[in-house]
Amino acid sequence: MTRARGGTGIPAPLLVPAAAGIAFLVLPVVGLLVRTPWSDLGPKLTAPGVGDALRLSLLSATLATLLSLLMGVPLAWVLARSRIRGRSILRALVTVPLVLPPVVGGVALFLVLGRQGLIGRWLFEQFDVTIPFTTTAVVIAETFVAMPFLVISVEGALRAADARFEDVAATLGAGRWTTFRRVTLPLVSPGIAAGAVLCWARALGEFGATITFAGNFPGTTQTMPLAVYLALQEDTEAAIVLSMVLLAVSLATLLLLRDRWLGRATVPVA
Amino acid sequence: MNRRMAALGAAALLALAGCTGSSASSRDEATGSSAAGTSGSEQITGTLTVFAAASLTDVFTELGDQFMDDHPGLEVRFNFAGSSALATQITQGAPADVFASADEVQMAKAGDAGLAVDPAVFAENPLMLVVPADNPLGIQLPGGGGVPSLTEILDHDATMAVCAPQVPCGAAAAKVLDAAGLSAYPDTYEEDVRAVLTKVELGEVDAGLVYVSDVHAAGDKVVAFGFSESFQAINRYPISVLTAAPNPAAAQAFVDLVLSDDGQQTLRDAGFLEP
Repeated sequence: MTRARGGTGIPAPLLVPAAAGIAFLVLPVVGLLVRTPWSDLGPKLTAPGVGDALRLSLLSATLATLLSLLMGVPLAWVLARSRIRGRSILRALVTVPLVLPPVVGGVALFLVLGRQGLIGRWLFEQFDVTIPFTTTAVVIAETFVAMPFLVISVEGALRAADARFEDVAATLGAGRWTTFRRVTLPLVSPGIAAGAVLCWARALGEFGATITFAGNFPGTTQTMPLAVYLALQEDTEAAIVLSMVLLAVSLATLLLLRDRWLGRATVPVA
Repeated sequence: MNRRMAALGAAALLALAGCTGSSASSRDEATGSSAAGTSGSEQITGTLTVFAAASLTDVFTELGDQFMDDHPGLEVRFNFAGSSALATQITQGAPADVFASADEVQMAKAGDAGLAVDPAVFAENPLMLVVPADNPLGIQLPGGGGVPSLTEILDHDATMAVCAPQVPCGAAAAKVLDAAGLSAYPDTYEEDVRAVLTKVELGEVDAGLVYVSDVHAAGDKVVAFGFSESFQAINRYPISVLTAAPNPAAAQAFVDLVLSDDGQQTLRDAGFLEP
């Protein structure tokens, strides 16, 4: 891991494509800014449902990230460190949600957790529990789509980390669990933080799996991306305002976290 | 189904819209032949791009195939999506020749932008209540004949999907639910009518409000009930050649086909009502 180098000294062959890259990423946002109806920002922001959607988005993306950390970090360790057979198949399976169109992911979640699904039917018949069309379903859909980002980042960090530290811990008598907790985790914590940020950002923007599996109901399942999409159907300006809110909140959060968590080192993101 | 009434309605529409040149041959004679459609005063070739409401997917694909059979050398391309999204795309400058909307509000958006002139209403599509094929709620039509009200059919709590109020089928659903005093009943507001249908077919909701034409498309995967409030909000489908159409001759010919007896019969067969 290297420290970010300040100052200039960027070679020209890197500077030009890098500038093109940043323009490519930023210009669409400039387009949004230009078209934002600043004069009637107030009424559009205080329109009913906007606050609910924002609150729900932040809550569900955060829960999805916590759930991803809980399952994703151990999974990344298994992929990077264990010697179980079929590890490459396992790794390919982890990336399935990345290549699956999110709407298909939503249908797949129905087929497992829906009222007629493999597990969902049992939950419904035994406990009268239905998952679709609840906030729980939003969190599940977002976790399904976003967790691979965390797993891949953390696995990359684990592979890049120097395994000799763990070997030394072992020679000093630490068990595997203690080694993981006291040596490995601190070693890859920047990678975990970067993965969590990616995961959170992806969960915050999730649309397809959410609207399919969780439906769209203001207050319980209508997240900001859903509100933006539906606003776009009748009022482009309202959709732009909502997008700007989502963008501002997510950028502010990421900058804040970056200062706090990632200030020390730059992190290779797989 | 009253064939003669349909033909009369279509004839009246043709007169209203001032269309010319459509043949009067019935569908039975015309199927697969090149006699139907416009009498080719102009050579129609190139590419025709039709933006059409999602609910028209099946029937317009059929009409498009027929149109290409009638005009060799013509390629018909469809963009099926929610009418609101299509109206947005058109006002943002999408290169479309024809716009067929699921309601007059979205057509008016294109009209206001000066992109659609004198749209003609070519079909109507009321809502029906659909339930999964195994009818888990055991919904039955109340006795006594006549068309029941929605409150009579839905006399206990059920999970229900409807379209979001921002899209045409949702605007109609909001009206009928309001008329039935059931505004708070739905559990999810879907982005388009096919999403509602999917959720009913999967059995994830107990009931949904979809168009009659979707009931036809779904076949035996759902059971449908008509209800009296549906007459409060029947969506009317307008079609128009767009003023910026890259291929206006083909566009006009396609609109003529939709409004012809032949096109109207295809729409009837798909469950649409005559306007």
